[in-house]
Amino acid sequence: MRLVVVGNGMAGSRLVTEVRARDPHMSVTVLGAETCQPYNRVLLSNVLAGSTRPEQVRMLDPSWYAAHHVEAAFGSPVTCLDRDTRSVITEDGRRVPYDVLVLATGSDAIVPPIPGVERAIPFRTLDDCHRILEVAESAGRAVVIGGGLLGIEAARGLAGRGMPVTLLHLAGHLMERQLDVEAGEVLGETLGALGVEIRTGVTAEAVLDGGVRLAGGELVEGDLVVLACGVRPVTGLAADAGLEVRRGVVVDDEMRTEDPSIFAIGECAEHDGTVYGLVAPAWEQANVAADVITGGKALYRGSRMVTRLKARSVELAAMGEGHLTEEHAEVVRFSHRARGTYRKLVIRDDRLVGAIVLGESDAVGTLTQLFDRGGTLPGDRAGLLFPGLASATHVADSPVLMPDAAKVCQCNNVTKGQIRACWEAGARDVAGIAAATRATTGCGTCRDAVEGIVGWLCEQEGVSA
Amino acid sequence: MTNAAMTNVELPVLTHCPYCALQCGMAITSEAVISPRTDIPANAGGALCQKGWTAAELLTNGERLTTPLLHGRPVTWETALDHVADRLSEIRAEHGPDAVAVFGGGGLTNEKAYQLGKFARVALRTSQIDYNGRFCMSSAAAASIRAFGMDRGMPFPITDLAGADVVLLAGGNVAETMPPFVRHLSGPRLIVVDPRRTATAKLAWLHLQPTPGTDLALALGLLHLAIADGLVDEEYVAARTTGFDAVRTSLASWWPERVERVTGVPVPRMRQAVQALAASERAIVLTGRGAEQHAKGTDTVTAFINLALALGLPGTAGSGYGCVTGQGNGQGGREHGQKADQLPGYRKIDDPAAREHVAKVWGVHPDDLPGPGRSAYELLDALGTPEGPRALLLFGSNPVVSAPRSAHVTGRLGALDLLVVCDVVMSETAAMADVVFPVTQWAEETGTMTNLEGRVLLRRQAVRPPAGVRSDLEVIRGLAGRFGQAFSADPGEVFDELRRASAGGIADYSGITYERIEEEKGVFWPCPAPGHPGTPRPFLDGFATPDGRARFVPVEHRPAAEEIDEDYPVYLTTGRVLAHYQSGAQTRRIGPLAKAAPEPYVELHPDLAEELEIAAGDMVRVSSRRGEGQGVARISDAIRRDTVFMPFHWEGANRLTNPALDPTSRMPEFKVCAVKVERVA
Repeated sequence: MRLVVVGNGMAGSRLVTEVRARDPHMSVTVLGAETCQPYNRVLLSNVLAGSTRPEQVRMLDPSWYAAHHVEAAFGSPVTCLDRDTRSVITEDGRRVPYDVLVLATGSDAIVPPIPGVERAIPFRTLDDCHRILEVAESAGRAVVIGGGLLGIEAARGLAGRGMPVTLLHLAGHLMERQLDVEAGEVLGETLGALGVEIRTGVTAEAVLDGGVRLAGGELVEGDLVVLACGVRPVTGLAADAGLEVRRGVVVDDEMRTEDPSIFAIGECAEHDGTVYGLVAPAWEQANVAADVITGGKALYRGSRMVTRLKARSVELAAMGEGHLTEEHAEVVRFSHRARGTYRKLVIRDDRLVGAIVLGESDAVGTLTQLFDRGGTLPGDRAGLLFPGLASATHVADSPVLMPDAAKVCQCNNVTKGQIRACWEAGARDVAGIAAATRATTGCGTCRDAVEGIVGWLCEQEGVSA
Repeated sequence: MTNAAMTNVELPVLTHCPYCALQCGMAITSEAVISPRTDIPANAGGALCQKGWTAAELLTNGERLTTPLLHGRPVTWETALDHVADRLSEIRAEHGPDAVAVFGGGGLTNEKAYQLGKFARVALRTSQIDYNGRFCMSSAAAASIRAFGMDRGMPFPITDLAGADVVLLAGGNVAETMPPFVRHLSGPRLIVVDPRRTATAKLAWLHLQPTPGTDLALALGLLHLAIADGLVDEEYVAARTTGFDAVRTSLASWWPERVERVTGVPVPRMRQAVQALAASERAIVLTGRGAEQHAKGTDTVTAFINLALALGLPGTAGSGYGCVTGQGNGQGGREHGQKADQLPGYRKIDDPAAREHVAKVWGVHPDDLPGPGRSAYELLDALGTPEGPRALLLFGSNPVVSAPRSAHVTGRLGALDLLVVCDVVMSETAAMADVVFPVTQWAEETGTMTNLEGRVLLRRQAVRPPAGVRSDLEVIRGLAGRFGQAFSADPGEVFDELRRASAGGIADYSGITYERIEEEKGVFWPCPAPGHPGTPRPFLDGFATPDGRARFVPVEHRPAAEEIDEDYPVYLTTGRVLAHYQSGAQTRRIGPLAKAAPEPYVELHPDLAEELEIAAGDMVRVSSRRGEGQGVARISDAIRRDTVFMPFHWEGANRLTNPALDPTSRMPEFKVCAVKVERVA
């Protein structure tokens, strides 16, 4: 069987490795539009910020393809899908026949139709990243258009390079699809402290040589303008071939389009009315498609969306319906704006359906798992927002407060009562207690406690130790 | 009475503890009074835990077996040995040599482990031999061999720990399993990886509490951070390793936020751990069973080794990677041939040169040596089946309690035509046996043990065994003789032969003698010649690979073999408690230990207890797809909400565990499976 994969990004490259892991023999060809090896798009913000080198985002070594008998073409966009002959045609005119085809064409950056927009650089691919960094070398100020996840990461990354940055956002607060108003504001304040000027509720009207003109005429200065205005699924091949396309290429639970020999995964696919723009769902879809293509029975049932902002000194996790308010659900909220802290749980039927955690917190790991698994929540909601609180309330064991039954030496199972009895029988130091009870002779960590008890008993009696 | 005889009577004999791989030094009088030795580094300062202090009760315990039993009735040794030899001959004649299997243990001395392997291959001519160490260190062993070309649990003396700035311990609870070990950790900052806030985690500077079955993802995340934050020791990687590029590429998929979602470990805590390790002049990474006893245990250990390599630790003085071996002779037990794929000296049984060398020592033709046999669980699983063994000889193990999916394993043992067990007490497995041989133990016999450092130690006989018992070596000699093979039962003679058989192998003992061990307080292998000083840190000059470089190996995380779902919504993890050792056959019979930990329990989080309406002290039933077990509820926020813990010293915990095997090490997945938990009405 000949498998052809169109697209070698996060979804396509994942599919190829998953298929190969399951079936070492199937003929596999992957056609990528970009000229480079597949890379991890999630890490591009780190590249922009300078914390990750470009070669560190590579996901497969160049030798992988030959070693795994996968035919790969880079810089080879597909221009036509011919379902009648079951083949695809590349830009350079090559016809590649398939038995099974997977569309993993991803999405393109949305470029708003405003005058001078060609002066701006979208932030989407590794090439975009290189272009932005090239201009940034000589630029004095930057303007980022779009206050969603990518725009914020780009703005933070550029600010981290010491460049003044203005972030322009159409909506009234940042990341309005994931955050409520207050969280958006707290995030804005955090970014402000890191050198990103936030302008919300503004419309970019034109990109000029010296910056961006807003509706109303104000000029926001900047010689580097970055676009992060969202993405649009790349669905042209499918649409031209007559496959059903809504926002994305429509697929069923096997990630199959209406043509049983054609699958679609990742950001170009629409499953159950949803187009996902995150990597985790794309990889889940790639797993399902790989399984089905190699004869398995996996089904895709949709993904829970967890958004993590990757920007130095800005910790943000947003999941599910975090933007909901008390009118729609049970809400638990803690806010401490002076510290950039905002934590919110959205609960329905005792289950976590959304959360926002802004500011460094150990809560995210547990919350994400509760959200992913959909299990019932404990009655104590506050404990979820403040992990460690419950265990921190244990009173430190002091010799005075300890009951006689309390075990002091775990290794030799010695209680405070036994130590007291030993003291009453005449032992006046740790060595004496150890000789009689073996306390302190194991791991040795109870030595201070035993000393404390002996000291306290001596004090009580007015006897010097 | 001569002076020498008087000395023997009055001076206590210097030996080591009967239990764990720390092998604390102790002295025993002929009246079986124990005192700690101060000259052994493992328990320097004279430390012992309660198990060690009370070990003498093993010698005087009233439950001691002293007569061979045939179908439960006392018989003479000759009758029992004749019966076994006759039955084995019949079974072999009818079904071939592989119809007879041998199962050993990681508590047996080096001499016994060696002799058992020789007995199986030379006298019984069966390939079917493996041992319970497969359930302990096999994953770490496989990963170390893959990376370093050699598996010596800790390739440095234990005293190096105290000089380290940071020690990361993944999946080990030494404060309970080997308390004196903790004394070596008072200096460094300790980072503990464990789903529970164990006694060890409570001592830690930093505790990372991952979801059971996700240690591998955590290790990948730590290395991703090390690379992303520029903390890799590039010079070391270039000079002393190969394969880093492939690992770096594979890690692009494991960015910290993804790892957090899989493990539940907060990103800032991961970063804190990596930065502490990287900022140290000396750092040590250790793994224990918590990370290793998984169907992906080998890859998990490899991921931690990759982290250690990227930070430049292995083979650097004062730093390194090590496995905290568990069983008393867990190290030596995996070196001398009681493993299905192995010959003495840590040789591979499918290596023609190894076969030739060992066959020569054994006086047989190399072609007469069987090839590799089934691994431990596969062996137990095959017992009594049409293709599997019909007879089993069992030494130093109690699989009815300790094997995964134990109810099934018990059924397989029951399907045998002949089960022969050598033990000190009537263990749960001995109780099923057709023939039970009462054997000597620990202080009643002489033999060597190789502790978790790879230091070969000597246990000298200290007390006279009870009348009627014989050593395992004598049982083996008795049976071998009935098959026309003359074996020695003298430990010193067996050790001398082991030295010859191991010569030139990876675990080369040829320069080690009982006298040297006593003089030098133990000798580190490899020790290839009498004048050789032993090798405390074998990797300082190079690794045991053909090119002398350590090998990075890319590994991928995958879910547990059995994940939680609607029917079985809670993770089970298992482990040890301080007062007991392994299947508890010994420690449950010792008064103070039974009093300290009298019964099995189920530890669960208050939130889970509330959801399940379970109160502290309730009897709780835990069930999996494979069986059920019970225990008393202990409610504690030291455990994750999604996980319960059961100690495995009693029948029960292992009826639940999952025998899914690691593809490389054949380690079963003891440390995670899916269960449901309910209060017993």
